[in-house]
Amino acid sequence: MTAATDVTPRNRVASGPAARERLRHRPLTPARVVLHAFLLVTALMWLFPLAWALFNSFRDYDYTATHGYASIGGFTLSNYADAWERGNFTHTFLNSVYITVPAVILTLLLASCVAFVLARFSFKLNLTLLGVFIAANLLPPQSLLIPIYRAFRAVPLPEWLSDSGTLLNSYLGLVLINTAFQTGFCTFVLSNFMKALPRELYESAEVDGASVWRQYWQITMPLCRPALAALATLEVTWIYNEFFWATVLLQTGDKFPVTSSLNNLRGQFFVDYNLLSAGSMLVALPPIIVFFLLQKQFVSGLTLGATKG
Amino acid sequence: MRTSDRLVVAAMVAIPTLAVLLLIWLPAVASVLLGFTRWEGIGGLDTIEWVGLTNYKNILTIYPPFFPALEHNLIALVFLFAVSAFGMFLAVLLDKELRGGRFYQTAYYLPVVLSLALTGFIWQLIYSRDQGLLNAVTGLTVDWYGDPKYNLWAVMVATGWQHAGYIMVLYLAGLKSVDPGLREAAAVDGANARATFFRVVLPVLRPVNLIILVVTVITSLRLFDLVWIVNKGRNGLELIAALVTQNIVGEASRIGFGSALATIMLLISSVFVIIYLNIELREDK
Repeated sequence: MTAATDVTPRNRVASGPAARERLRHRPLTPARVVLHAFLLVTALMWLFPLAWALFNSFRDYDYTATHGYASIGGFTLSNYADAWERGNFTHTFLNSVYITVPAVILTLLLASCVAFVLARFSFKLNLTLLGVFIAANLLPPQSLLIPIYRAFRAVPLPEWLSDSGTLLNSYLGLVLINTAFQTGFCTFVLSNFMKALPRELYESAEVDGASVWRQYWQITMPLCRPALAALATLEVTWIYNEFFWATVLLQTGDKFPVTSSLNNLRGQFFVDYNLLSAGSMLVALPPIIVFFLLQKQFVSGLTLGATKG
Repeated sequence: MRTSDRLVVAAMVAIPTLAVLLLIWLPAVASVLLGFTRWEGIGGLDTIEWVGLTNYKNILTIYPPFFPALEHNLIALVFLFAVSAFGMFLAVLLDKELRGGRFYQTAYYLPVVLSLALTGFIWQLIYSRDQGLLNAVTGLTVDWYGDPKYNLWAVMVATGWQHAGYIMVLYLAGLKSVDPGLREAAAVDGANARATFFRVVLPVLRPVNLIILVVTVITSLRLFDLVWIVNKGRNGLELIAALVTQNIVGEASRIGFGSALATIMLLISSVFVIIYLNIELREDK
């Protein structure tokens, strides 16, 4: 038994000055050199395509056309100005906002309502209901295209809501379909989160005579802030990146979100890759900024859904 | 419960449920039903003609892109499995006290925040025949996105670039959730790192492994954005998702036929959706 006590448990998470000290003084064995070399090379390979696009987005087309892309020089900012103008980015970024912001808010609102009921009460159908929501999130969107497309075309909308007069080709249609698809994932994550909250909260609220709505809005929701922040981060990125529904449900160019507007930068007969790089960087910037600012929320949102227990 | 509370609870469940039923489940059922019909899409619902299994027969006999698409989806599946394994491998390497661990993680993960459509554009700078980096470095003159001999693989590499980071994060979270006591116990028993991983950690992570399996299958089935950006899923890039879309948008509007293809997609995915539900909901039972 003494052997067991001799083994110092390896501290798995480096924290505190002691751990950092140990990290610094660990001998550099050949195995560690290989490990770091492998990780570094892979990491650089993974960063390369983005870095290459970034690099060429700052270069003049004529310069790269004469010197080839594997050269250095010809730096300019004009690709960004050109791309912004030709891709109509002011307009398409706003389109993305019109679709993403309402969809994320609506998704979180609907999902938190269902999740609250699922976590707070034990109805017989709870599990079935949760299954209906989760599975909806996993169906391939293309397999729903035909009925959605026909139904959206048949639903009339007043002029002030959609200038096309129908759900097809309207912001509202895209908001609705994105919301429906994302609600399942958020319901799942939130209901897990809410189930972990102490039940005594509700008992004392009941004693105070708080209504169900107040319990949801004033007790549960504030406590769910970390999960809501994580989900909001994730959903903003996902809906901003959504491509399929935007492509098929919007017919005219004036409502396309920024992701599908990159096609405007592809000429009919030749492609100015430097311009396209600049456009790509502009489109990539919002999710990258969100990622760096909210990296913790981003990763925890994903993992909240994937690794329960 | 008070009556007002009861009404509130009913509304809190009914509104979201109705949204999901109307926008997802009803269309799914409609796709299955329309798959047994012929409908040009012009005129009202009364012009729909019931044709039984004709669409399915036609898909299998006189629709040339179907089998290539099926084959491409399968290739994608196998390829993405390899990528998933690589992502898991990266996670295992990163699940240690490691200098620069955060930098590595960020680098692998960065592509995940980009859309697949954007990924397609970014890789075009590498794949383009005349101006791409790949040809400039190798001296080849291959049109990587255009040549049906290579374009599926070009698209796969771009997709894998994104998929690996996603799996890495999922698996890393799984690894971090493993009780450290288990590893210590294994170490006490004299197990080396490899044995500890394969005999202790991997079995404990069975649910996460299964989720990664399902995520990979569903990702490979849903592949669409990238091929649509490149050439709308033709000429070597046929995929089931793209075929469904081709049959409804554009000139040819073959609704019954497209729905039959959609139903095939639904059938394949439902198997894995059921597996997924079984894992996720088991604990709640």
